[in-house]
Amino acid sequence: MIAKGFSVNQLAGFLAQTDGPPEAPTFQQGSYFFPVQASTFAADSDWLYYFIFWVCAVFFAGIVGAMVYLVIKYRRRPGVDPEPSSSHNTPLEIAWSVLPSLLLILMFKWGAEGYFDQQVPFDDAEVIRVKAKQYDWLFEYENGDFSGELHLTQFKNYEFRLESADVLHSFFVPAFRQKQDIVPGRYTKTWLKPIKTGVFRLYCAEYCGDNHSNMKTNVIVHLTDKERLAATAWDWAGKKVDVKGRIENGQRLFSIKCAGCHSMSGKRMTGPNLNGRWGIDEQFDDGQVIKVDENYVRESILEPQKNIVATFGPPNQNMPSFKGELNDDQIDWIIEYIKSMGAKATDATPK
Amino acid sequence: MTTIANRQELFGHTPDKNYYTASKGFLSWALTLDHKRIGIMYLIGVSAAFFLAGIFALVLRTELLTGTGVFLSEKQYNQMFTLHGAIMVFAFIIPSIPAALGNFVLPMMLGAKDVAFPRLNLCSFYLWVFGTLFLLIAMLTSGLDTGWTFYAPYSIRTSTAVTYATMGAFILGFSSIFTGLNFLVTVNTMRPPGMGWFQLPLFIWALYATAIIQILATPVLGITLLLLIAERTLHIAIFDPALGGDPVLFQHFFWFYSHPAVYIMILPGMGVISELISVHSRKEIFGYKFIAFSSVAIAFLGFLVWGHHMFTSGQSVVMNMVFSAITFTVAVPSAVKVFNWLGTLYKGSIALTTPMCYALAFILLFGVGGLTGLFLSTISVDRHLHDTYFIVAHFHFVMVGGTLTALLGGLFHWWPKITGRMYNETLGRLSAFLVFSGFNLTFLPQFVMGSRGMMRRYARYDPEFKVFHQWSTFGAFVLGFGVLLAYAVLLYAMKRGKPVAGNPWGAASLEWQSSSPPSFHNFDHKVVMNEPYDFSTQVYDAELDSYVHRRFLEPSKPTTQPQHS
Amino acid sequence: MTATELAESAHDEHAHHSHGEFIAHHFDSAEQQYDSGKLGIWLFLVTEILFFSGLFCAYTLYRSHHPEIFVQASTFLDKRLGGLNTIVLLFSSLTMALAVRSAQLVERKKVIVYLVLTMVCAAVFLGIKAVEYSHKWDEGIFVRAYFNLHEHVGHGISKYLILISVPFLVLLVGSVIAAFTYRSLGKQHLFVFFISLAIMFGGYFLGAVGGKVYMNWKTARDAQLAAASIDHSASTTDEHSSAESHDAATPTTKHVAASDAAVVPKANEDADHGPAHLDQDIGIFFSIYYCMTGLHAFHVIGGMIALSWLLYRSILGHWRADYYGPVDFVGLYWHLVDLIWIFLFPLLYLIN
Repeated sequence: MIAKGFSVNQLAGFLAQTDGPPEAPTFQQGSYFFPVQASTFAADSDWLYYFIFWVCAVFFAGIVGAMVYLVIKYRRRPGVDPEPSSSHNTPLEIAWSVLPSLLLILMFKWGAEGYFDQQVPFDDAEVIRVKAKQYDWLFEYENGDFSGELHLTQFKNYEFRLESADVLHSFFVPAFRQKQDIVPGRYTKTWLKPIKTGVFRLYCAEYCGDNHSNMKTNVIVHLTDKERLAATAWDWAGKKVDVKGRIENGQRLFSIKCAGCHSMSGKRMTGPNLNGRWGIDEQFDDGQVIKVDENYVRESILEPQKNIVATFGPPNQNMPSFKGELNDDQIDWIIEYIKSMGAKATDATPK
Repeated sequence: MTTIANRQELFGHTPDKNYYTASKGFLSWALTLDHKRIGIMYLIGVSAAFFLAGIFALVLRTELLTGTGVFLSEKQYNQMFTLHGAIMVFAFIIPSIPAALGNFVLPMMLGAKDVAFPRLNLCSFYLWVFGTLFLLIAMLTSGLDTGWTFYAPYSIRTSTAVTYATMGAFILGFSSIFTGLNFLVTVNTMRPPGMGWFQLPLFIWALYATAIIQILATPVLGITLLLLIAERTLHIAIFDPALGGDPVLFQHFFWFYSHPAVYIMILPGMGVISELISVHSRKEIFGYKFIAFSSVAIAFLGFLVWGHHMFTSGQSVVMNMVFSAITFTVAVPSAVKVFNWLGTLYKGSIALTTPMCYALAFILLFGVGGLTGLFLSTISVDRHLHDTYFIVAHFHFVMVGGTLTALLGGLFHWWPKITGRMYNETLGRLSAFLVFSGFNLTFLPQFVMGSRGMMRRYARYDPEFKVFHQWSTFGAFVLGFGVLLAYAVLLYAMKRGKPVAGNPWGAASLEWQSSSPPSFHNFDHKVVMNEPYDFSTQVYDAELDSYVHRRFLEPSKPTTQPQHS
Repeated sequence: MTATELAESAHDEHAHHSHGEFIAHHFDSAEQQYDSGKLGIWLFLVTEILFFSGLFCAYTLYRSHHPEIFVQASTFLDKRLGGLNTIVLLFSSLTMALAVRSAQLVERKKVIVYLVLTMVCAAVFLGIKAVEYSHKWDEGIFVRAYFNLHEHVGHGISKYLILISVPFLVLLVGSVIAAFTYRSLGKQHLFVFFISLAIMFGGYFLGAVGGKVYMNWKTARDAQLAAASIDHSASTTDEHSSAESHDAATPTTKHVAASDAAVVPKANEDADHGPAHLDQDIGIFFSIYYCMTGLHAFHVIGGMIALSWLLYRSILGHWRADYYGPVDFVGLYWHLVDLIWIFLFPLLYLIN
């Protein structure tokens, strides 16, 4: 079941090191046309795809064959007048209008049935709240855990309640053959049942702005609930007692809430890289200089539009305010984490 | 009496009497009311827009070579694909065949002197110019990064020049409405005596169906864009969810126009192909009425299927089902056309001229475009394919594989009429081959990467898609070279081509009874009415190196009497 | 195959002699030209209807979502002024129809009189509309984002009304000056034309002043009613503030919006439709109201321009028994503008 080269331990290590959108782990190979079939919908949907594909292939081959044959057979030859032939043949024309329609009815029927399956979740489904914002995903589970990657357990039903904080997004996991737009101002819903363990790509499928193509994350399907719970569990309160724990808390929060736009690897993303910025004097578009300290980081989180680092100002000011979304403790952890990354670019491990 | 002298006069005016030598100077073009000159100006305009947007396409394809970015930032990439789409759709494809070729050919096919409202015609040309200028202003100020669909609420939030661009699209919409209105009235009231609805060439039927869509659908785009502008400037909260508006309403409004607009793009192309297939195989079009009515059926059904763009938007299950079902019905009239074109080839006398090569390419490419539409109308499959490269490939097959090849084929077909000169057939065929193969190389890999999960509008992508993108980029350059070659062949012919008389193809529709190029008032003699696909009326006259209507060669008939004398 | 000859006169460079004076060269007959124009204008009207249809759709959607908001919001609109405008437009349709009739019969003077009457009605309509708009703006009734309902404390003539009226005043004065300049130059037809325009712009002030007088009367009456109901207590000193209140408005709608209402709220603000947000939701009604009536007003202005052009040609005596198409076509357009108002009036003003 589990793909070669993939283990949950590796995955845990991989998660711990993550900042920013993770580099692609080894994804399982699917067929030539499709990614691996990892949900209950996939096989049905693919089967229908291939059915249509072969119907089309037969028709297209017929068209090409007829065309080539006719063009050669009836090519213009000097001195040869075309034979007279009828200008229309109503029964024939009606036949080739109506007969293919029967195939269309089949396609419609199967397509609609598959769609019904996709619309009606089981009652026992766990509801996962998916919060999309430019350019980040946040998944909240029924037990209160949350994560930046989607963790599921194989063979369990999940219902997703999708909401967007800003513009249109779309929840799309190719391996699950499921896609649902996320519309700000209302909830949309979808459900699925994963049938394969492994790591799969989750994309934003509706254009949402500058960094649309980076608004992707991974879906990790675990073999057991235990693994799934272990992957998302985090002892926030237990860790906050010492500095090291607070930094770890901060790092985890950062990877979930901030890493969509801020890297710790030195790479310029939508927002500035935050590795090695602690304590330095930051230049601003209006010429003033502010030292990056606790107060500035706090202000940037709560009132991001107030002082924007040079070259990140208008018209690029994308950062939303996290007022109400992060509490004082959480802001403190993030400050601790950024602080731990020091004043000059280092590798992405906390000191 | 038919003598050689007045036989020459049948098609031969003195060179300074044709439509482009009739008067000189910038103003004689800028203020002209002549449908032919307006058609030429449109042709130049839409070609310029096409080349601009084509360059954007090549930039996009180059950028996508590696997946990690070549020379553009994500933001620049987003602007590039938006401008590519917006300029291609609004400034090129929609006006291309109707406004450029249609303007030139439609009145002449009716044996008329002009369209019904020449001033309105000029007005729609200038609206096109201003609309395109607005798009350029948007491009040159802060750009545009919403995608050509202007989806709310991103289009309300972004700081780019959405207001200019929507203003441009709004104005272009009115240009399109006026062209459609003009054509519709012209066909209704200016058909000559003896020309019933079923003696109209099929190109006219197609333009007529197109005009209906232009008139009925475009105003809805107009009000939508106006509301979007109001939303951006005054925050009226109709589309903005943050203020209680409904962003999905925007999608409904937008696709209520933009789906029918797909048929504005493809129907005229189908009309051109009906002409080309029939003329170049010298065979009466097979199933005239089926083709004619299928145009109208497509125009009608086109209004009822807009929701299939929104299968994943969260609209109700019932709506998705209804839209899916109706969408399948559009396949029927489209298939009818393809079958009837093949039927036309049967027992014809097929010459693989350049226009015919383009027409055959059209059938194949449109065939793929149409058939892949079936995947997308099937809801459960569309839920996977929606907004992937599969869609990108599908609509390029329809719009580029369809409309562009039809436009080029039509240009090659009517070029002898427009310029009075013949082009190099070998190079013409080569261009058709390059366009066809380059096109397939570009877009066939996109179907595969789409179903594998490559999202559209992605500036960066996962490495597994790299090889497909590289093929696609290579194909795009072949396609670009083919298009350049086609234009080069045409332009060279305009200067140096062999002069031709009125009717080199032996076509039977009325526009070929004029001289080449046509004189200012189109026809120098009385037009002889005949069925548009009755090629037996056209006989080859070696003296003129052209086909001539049988009637002109019968000495007893006074119809050839030149009227100037 | 029967080859029919075409009655084609394209070759004939002198063809226009056989045509009427105003028949374009590419038409064969006056009838063909008229038919083309008629079909053209009908198609144009179809596009106009579809243009408005988007707004009607938006209206329907939001009304079905928030029926109670629409009922309350419409009480802010004055039915009497709306009704008066309806009558004015209906009357203008009558005069327009009479103008078409007179053009058909080639009665030059009657055409001019009826056209001027139609134009005056259009201007009166705009004048009344200006009073309605400015009154609402005084109270902070704007589109959704700027909606900031408050009691109007100022009195006298609204600054918004003055702002709207200035262009009309300029045009009025300009027309009068132009008219008398042309008279002194001996160009009688231009004198008639510009004096007619002046009369039209005068119509705007007729509507505006009339509307304002009515508004003031209504304000005073409301104040009296309010004062009577409060039993002549100390509140009479607040006459001006309570004077502006709408008797039909329920107390909840008088809730004064927060001071930051003019600021576009943040994207992730909850779409809460509780009573505290009622004012803002009424803002959506007024967004739609301003879009619909504003677009309609633009069409009225467009109609006035077209009518002025007709008037000019009527003064020159262009119409013939076989050439009166332009009057007919503009007439059709004018009836459509009227018709759209007939739909707007009940949809916006008469909801309860």
